[in-house]
Amino acid sequence: MSLISAKNITLAYDGTEVVHNLSFSIDRGDYLCIIGENGSGKSTLTKALLGLISPVQGTVEYGDGLKSKEIGYLPQQTDVQKDFPASVYEIVLSGCHNALGRLPFYKTTHKSRAEFALKRLGIENIRNTCYHELSGGQQQRVLLARALCATDRLLILDEPAAGLDPIITTQFYEIIKELNTKENITIIMVSHDKSAVLDYSDKILHLTDDSYIFASKNEYLNSDFGKSFLGGGAK
Amino acid sequence: MIHTLINMFSYTFMMRAITVGILVSLCSALLGVSLVLKRYSMIGDGLSHVGFGSLAVATALGLSPLKITVPVVIIAAVLLLRLSEKSKLKGDSAIGIISVTAMAVGVLSVSVSTGLNTDLYSYLFGSILAMTADDVTLSIILSAAVIALYVIFYNRIFAVTFDEHFAKAGGTPAPLYNMLIAVLTAITIVLGMRMMGSLIISALIIFPAVTSMRLCKSYRSVTLCSAVLSVVCFCIGIVISFLYDLPTGASIVTVNAVMLIVFMIIEKIVKR
Ligand SMILES: Nc1ncnc2c1ncn2[C@@H]1O[C@H](COP(=O)(O)OP(=O)(O)OP(=O)(O)O)[C@@H](O)[C@H]1O
Ligand SMILES: [Mg+2]
Repeated sequence: MSLISAKNITLAYDGTEVVHNLSFSIDRGDYLCIIGENGSGKSTLTKALLGLISPVQGTVEYGDGLKSKEIGYLPQQTDVQKDFPASVYEIVLSGCHNALGRLPFYKTTHKSRAEFALKRLGIENIRNTCYHELSGGQQQRVLLARALCATDRLLILDEPAAGLDPIITTQFYEIIKELNTKENITIIMVSHDKSAVLDYSDKILHLTDDSYIFASKNEYLNSDFGKSFLGGGAK
Repeated sequence: MIHTLINMFSYTFMMRAITVGILVSLCSALLGVSLVLKRYSMIGDGLSHVGFGSLAVATALGLSPLKITVPVVIIAAVLLLRLSEKSKLKGDSAIGIISVTAMAVGVLSVSVSTGLNTDLYSYLFGSILAMTADDVTLSIILSAAVIALYVIFYNRIFAVTFDEHFAKAGGTPAPLYNMLIAVLTAITIVLGMRMMGSLIISALIIFPAVTSMRLCKSYRSVTLCSAVLSVVCFCIGIVISFLYDLPTGASIVTVNAVMLIVFMIIEKIVKR
């Protein structure tokens, strides 16, 4: 059974369709990249997968006992106020809020999850630093650690490396790949970065204005569409 | 002076004022952190004006002021929150319009019922004589509830305040928590209003949070620091107002302002 699948979903804002009649499914351990031009509906689709917006038609189904709130999410923009006073540790731990249930406070198990995530992302040394004093790359790591706290199965990352310099970007993608291979966490990543898509993904969902292509990376690369889209980026 | 201070505690009205004041200062400091960070401080201001209006109308009609004003201001809080969530700009002007209207209705009803006299003055600038024994009991119950709810939901309030989208994705209903904050704010404002005055109560929400944010770097430390600062400023303020026979609310706000300046100076020194 697939981990998450969209069945003929149509997504719209106030009657304006953004995604029309889309179907795809991914299995445990997959690494899916969602690509497409600005405004093609990538972020909208991730929100539908998270259950933040409901499709006007079709359904999103979760398999393997996955619940939508157990998905780790790294939003495209986090409109955090510039001088918000919050330490790295507080933010990472807040990733566990979906596991609180009826408890008011975090338990030791939640705290050790946060510790694990801090270590995994190599940010234990800045745990007490204030978020707004960090560099862009460090901030993204913090948000990825927070997403990691929320899940051990599926991460949905919406352009996680936007605005990072090339070296940090590569490091960041390597960490995500490691989470995928070593921790067996399924990844759905929106990206404009062609080389990252080629290097890391094993399935590709390409959204266009009026249609879409969903295929494994090799199938996609051999299709005319894939050749023209990836063009010079292909190895 | 020490004699005067000991004397201060021998008055029933002072004991009431101090009890309610400390509780209200705690509540307003806790909520203030979320309100300031969510840029909702306008709501606090709007609510205090609505509170003034409804207090004046309730008094004019001979009804119990707190029991009428608490529900009215809670409804206003829900309304104002909706408005400002829809659109920041329209929300701000809507809040402005609602507060001024409430203010006008209040002034009219005071002038029709008793004439513009000390009542109006005490609604605007507060009066520590205003609290009856019943009011004190109600205030203690309500502020205990505000503090308890805040502590119980602290972790979720943090998640929602920091990042609504992420919180929603994790199954925490962000709009519900925004509503909770607005309702708790409404209660706090009504409780503090009669003592501190409706013109001044919203300052108590903003000051401690803004002051602590100068020096504290984590959410928890800002919250704790705000709570302590708020209570300390209240105590200093009320003592000064008693010793020199000054209006209570204004004294407390002045102490808060001085504290903010002190924190800003320390921030400058530390950063160097
Ligand atoms: N909250 C919203 N209300 C109304 N329309 C929206 C909303 N969010 C997005 N849209 C519209 O939906 C379309 C798809 O937006 P979406 O953010 O999903 O695109 P995207 O593929 O993520 O683009 P980008 O690459 O720029 O991130 C756009 O035309 C956008 O204008
Ligand atoms: Mg997007």
